[in-house]
Amino acid sequence: MSVKQISVFLENRPGALCELTGVLAENAIDMRAFSLAEASDFGIARIIVDDVYKTTTVLRDKGFVHSVTPVLAAALSDTPGGLNEILQCLSAEGINVEYMYAFLGNTPGKAYMVFRVNDPAAGTAALCRHGIEPLEELNVE
Amino acid sequence: MERYYQPEIETASREQIKAWQDERLVKQVRRVWDNVPYYRKKMEEKGVTPDDIRGTEDLKKLPFLSKADLREAYPYGLMASPLKDCVRIQSTSGTTGKRVVAFYTQHDIDLWEDCCARAITAAGGTNEDVCQVSYGYGLFTGGPGLNGGSHKVGCLTIPTSSGNTERQIMFIRDLNATILCCTPSYAAYIGETMKEMGLTPDQIPLKAGIFGAEAWSEEMRHDIENTLGIKAYDIYGLTELSGPGVAFECSAQSGMHINEDHFIAEVIDPETSEPLPDGQQGELVFTSITKEAFPLLRYRTRDICVLSHEKCSCGRTHVKMSKPRGRTDDMLIIRGVNVFPSQIETVLINQGYPANYQIIVDRVHNTDTLDVQVEMTPEMFTDNMGEITARQKALVDGLRAMLGLSAKVTLVAPKTIVRSEGKAVRVIDKRKI
Ligand SMILES: [Zn+2]
Repeated sequence: MSVKQISVFLENRPGALCELTGVLAENAIDMRAFSLAEASDFGIARIIVDDVYKTTTVLRDKGFVHSVTPVLAAALSDTPGGLNEILQCLSAEGINVEYMYAFLGNTPGKAYMVFRVNDPAAGTAALCRHGIEPLEELNVE
Repeated sequence: MERYYQPEIETASREQIKAWQDERLVKQVRRVWDNVPYYRKKMEEKGVTPDDIRGTEDLKKLPFLSKADLREAYPYGLMASPLKDCVRIQSTSGTTGKRVVAFYTQHDIDLWEDCCARAITAAGGTNEDVCQVSYGYGLFTGGPGLNGGSHKVGCLTIPTSSGNTERQIMFIRDLNATILCCTPSYAAYIGETMKEMGLTPDQIPLKAGIFGAEAWSEEMRHDIENTLGIKAYDIYGLTELSGPGVAFECSAQSGMHINEDHFIAEVIDPETSEPLPDGQQGELVFTSITKEAFPLLRYRTRDICVLSHEKCSCGRTHVKMSKPRGRTDDMLIIRGVNVFPSQIETVLINQGYPANYQIIVDRVHNTDTLDVQVEMTPEMFTDNMGEITARQKALVDGLRAMLGLSAKVTLVAPKTIVRSEGKAVRVIDKRKI
């Protein structure tokens, strides 16, 4: 029940990110979610796309170092306490969140979160037990 | 069973080797005195005449020759044969200053090719083998030297020269090349390309490689051996002395036997120029005792290494030299510390990084900076930022332990460091002094 996120290594220099988005645009790849993590001299772009196979093929051809990571994605009500509810239930089951990021879909009143957890299967189970259904793919129009 | 190309020479007794050296040195000094005014003048300045040289014990009385002398005497000043007796020139790549042009008589070429044939035989080559020579052909000695050696051994020789890596791989596979001769960085590149093509070592017919003309570490050897599924042998030489084959590795893969019937080796302290005892690290100095056209006496190579007379398991009796631990002119002085690129390479490969790297030295606010750029690989990459930075820190720590100074490590995207088909450019020194 996890979603496949693609993590891409980026050099920390002007234009590096642009090269990545350029390749995605050229190949008509639709990014559903995007987040950037940076260290002092390199970065990792984390993206969720409509077509994982096509994207990884394109990235390999273009020489981008990347990996595919399973992450949890869940819709939460765009109201106070929505995120807290999910984190509480993961924490209650001893699941560690390594990082997370939010993105907005096109549905008014809905926000979406991506969670990278130490154990995606257990994380999925925990959310389900608390009545939160993780998304299988990010079709969030 | 160890094979030798010239067993009676390669396994001769130490006494026999010394006798050859004594006799040939005396003759050579006389010949140079009579035919090379440039060196005769140097001898006169030192108050030495050919009569003072009665054997190898007297070698230390002779003046040194350096690269500066070669430049000064360019092009004909160090020749001992008339041009009409010469049949070939070879030349250095000119990476460190002016080109060196060396001259050969047919006899010189013959002996040089013998030396290369000894190296190929020591790597297991016979007339059953197919030997692909992917060193550059032309002025560079790598291609012509190994090509000649391969003919002498009787290998089917594929003279691909360097470049066009896909064609190289096609020949290796289609014609079942069993021996590859090229620079170690090109061997690594061929290996990397084969891996990308999805080839495993058992699909590659090669069994041995003879790699030289640039410094490479023990770790790089293991890398190349694993990717290509071969035994990788080092070979040493200088255009000034003939070319590859001055020394070569045997089955023991622990140092290179110097062809002492042609070259007398000494190790000196690079500062004081005093000869050092066996086992001490210093600058390698060669005297060529059989060369006709271009005989250099006490030529300072600038290569830092150690000599060993310990008995070798292969049965050869000629002295062994260690892999050069650096070149006096490759040596970088960073914040007052001597740094050899090979030390950095050792740390990188020990920690699982590719042997492809670049060292950038600069000076910022009057302080030298050392930046080691390493390519990120799919094997090393992870989505976990902490893991990558921890590895980066381990590399910084490893470099500090090896070099005694702090370096910056920059991870760069794959294929951004220029691949080389000849000698790799490892160091970019931006310091303006
Ligand atoms: Zn040996």
